[in-house]
Amino acid sequence: MDFSIALILVQDGIVNGAIYALLALSLVLVFTVTRVVFIPQGEFVAYGALTYAGLQAGQVPGSVGLLCVLGAAAFLASLWAERHQLGAGRVARLAAGTLLLPAAIAGLAWLVVPHHPGVVVSALLALLIVTPVAPYLYRVAFRPIAHASVLVLLIVAVGVHLALTGLGLVFFGPEGSRADGFTDAIFDFGTVSVAGQSLWVVGLAAALMAGLSLFFGRTLTGKALRATAVNRVGARLVGIGIERSGEIAFILAGAVGALSGVLIVSLTTIYYDTGFLIGLKGFTAAIVGGLASYPVAALAAIGVGVLESFASFWASAFKEVIVFTAIIPVLLWFSLRHHGVEDEE
Amino acid sequence: MSALLELSAVTVAYGGIPAVEDVTLSVAAGTIVSVVGPNGAGKSTLLGAVMGALPARGTLRFDGRDLAGMGVEARVQAGLSLVPEQRELFATMSVADNLLLGGFRHRREGRAALAREMEKVFTLFPRLAERRDQEAGTLSGGERQMLAMGRALMARPALLMLDEPSLGLAPLVVRDILRAIRELRSTGVAILLVEQNARAALKISDYGYVIETGRITLQGPSRDLAADRRVAELYLGLARQTGERQEEDGNRQ
Ligand SMILES: Nc1ncnc2c1ncn2[C@@H]1O[C@H](COP(=O)(O)OP(=O)(O)OP(=O)(O)O)[C@@H](O)[C@H]1O
Ligand SMILES: [Mg+2]
Repeated sequence: MDFSIALILVQDGIVNGAIYALLALSLVLVFTVTRVVFIPQGEFVAYGALTYAGLQAGQVPGSVGLLCVLGAAAFLASLWAERHQLGAGRVARLAAGTLLLPAAIAGLAWLVVPHHPGVVVSALLALLIVTPVAPYLYRVAFRPIAHASVLVLLIVAVGVHLALTGLGLVFFGPEGSRADGFTDAIFDFGTVSVAGQSLWVVGLAAALMAGLSLFFGRTLTGKALRATAVNRVGARLVGIGIERSGEIAFILAGAVGALSGVLIVSLTTIYYDTGFLIGLKGFTAAIVGGLASYPVAALAAIGVGVLESFASFWASAFKEVIVFTAIIPVLLWFSLRHHGVEDEE
Repeated sequence: MSALLELSAVTVAYGGIPAVEDVTLSVAAGTIVSVVGPNGAGKSTLLGAVMGALPARGTLRFDGRDLAGMGVEARVQAGLSLVPEQRELFATMSVADNLLLGGFRHRREGRAALAREMEKVFTLFPRLAERRDQEAGTLSGGERQMLAMGRALMARPALLMLDEPSLGLAPLVVRDILRAIRELRSTGVAILLVEQNARAALKISDYGYVIETGRITLQGPSRDLAADRRVAELYLGLARQTGERQEEDGNRQ
């Protein structure tokens, strides 16, 4: 392997790593705020990718139907959960967020699709269609059991993952899709050439991370989310609705997943079930960060991306095996270190 | 005139076993009311029920409203604030952020209003001002208690509930905290103070209740209670127990 190949592999790894980093951050966020290990994160990547591809191919994708049905289910679930303290205003706001919003998005899709929307409009529309699915899922599946153990929440998350994968097959079919990226430009730097789309991926991912870090560091809402993650009892005592925090975490997770899908579908072919493996790599990075630290998780994600691209060059049949095996020494190290701490005490 | 907080025949049970039974109690606006009693008497349980963290039977009224069906968040909105026994601070966040989040209820008034409120807390507890960028988890016990009170005050509650504010603190710090509680009363906040340290609590409160194994056994103006032989006995009993324990330790050596 010569230097230029290595450079290409590193470049590939960083691009994929940027996506894994976004997913890792969102997994850490959802876990710390709601204690849900968000297995379906990857499905949001696939849904985002395939919805975007569908819109570009001039179809209204099936995920629009899912959005409307889940919205209605979320409406009913919220009515039930809040049945003791419902006012007319609250019902109206609920209806606006769970019935009107999906209807408006669906209407928009119907209007826009016949006019062959460009990449930007398709991307935004795909985000609009897929993102709200996450908070609706939260209301239907996770909020009613918010106080259950992590294990129960995990089992429900696995269930949601399986359901979304199955529905993905129904909505998008078994064929893979690819779509146009934001740009076809290729930049040449001596021996290496960099695809413009790769720059888009890394740039948007970096911008999004910077934005999130400002959001968590500066805004009161961001701080309230962190507070919920740090101490749920304390958060409740200062009047932070921890269910509202959970919902915001899910909105962010949905948006991050969908955006990752939109970005990645021009680089590789995405199938209805590809999301799981992509999400799992984000998950690997999140685990290295202890499901708690954002910077460590982001760095680990870049590492996972680079490892994966080198693994696919040397032993492409074993690339997934190599990536997921890499997590074992990390876990071992963690468990040894934690024992060390206990011994000290 | 009806009181700010009125509990009547309140019972709170854990899995069928009552920890608070048939408690009737009221706190008038702008007064300090103390609830004193030994370990396990049900003091924390009572505060938890008022805050909405534990389900309770009986009627709880606050500011003329029935609290039934209101969650913790709604009760904070209504003007109740609790400093729990465990403090429950945001350990990995700064002192300033902890205070800021205490004012979450007033977030719509903007950052400037919250910053002004924070300055008031810093005037009350100058020690916190010096440490505004320090992580809450690294504060000393006394500073933690000040931060917990400051955070609760940021909500500008009508009723502040304090669960054993003197717990585990050195006498000098206890004096600071008690001084702060008295200062707070002069700003019009009503305070429901739960303490094992009956002498201190009765000294700064207007009215007192003695609770034993979940029931109110004595009540009256704090001055009378402090002079009451039965209260003295309760705490003499306590003193005798600790005295015995020290003796045992002595014998063992
Ligand atoms: N979560 C719980 N489950 C079961 N029993 C509980 C629970 N919490 C408290 N209790 C019991 O309820 C009773 C009252 O407890 P509580 O904490 O209210 O007492 P306290 O007066 O605050 O005591 P202390 O002065 O030690 O803080 C005790 O007997 C305690 O064991
Ligand atoms: Mg207690």
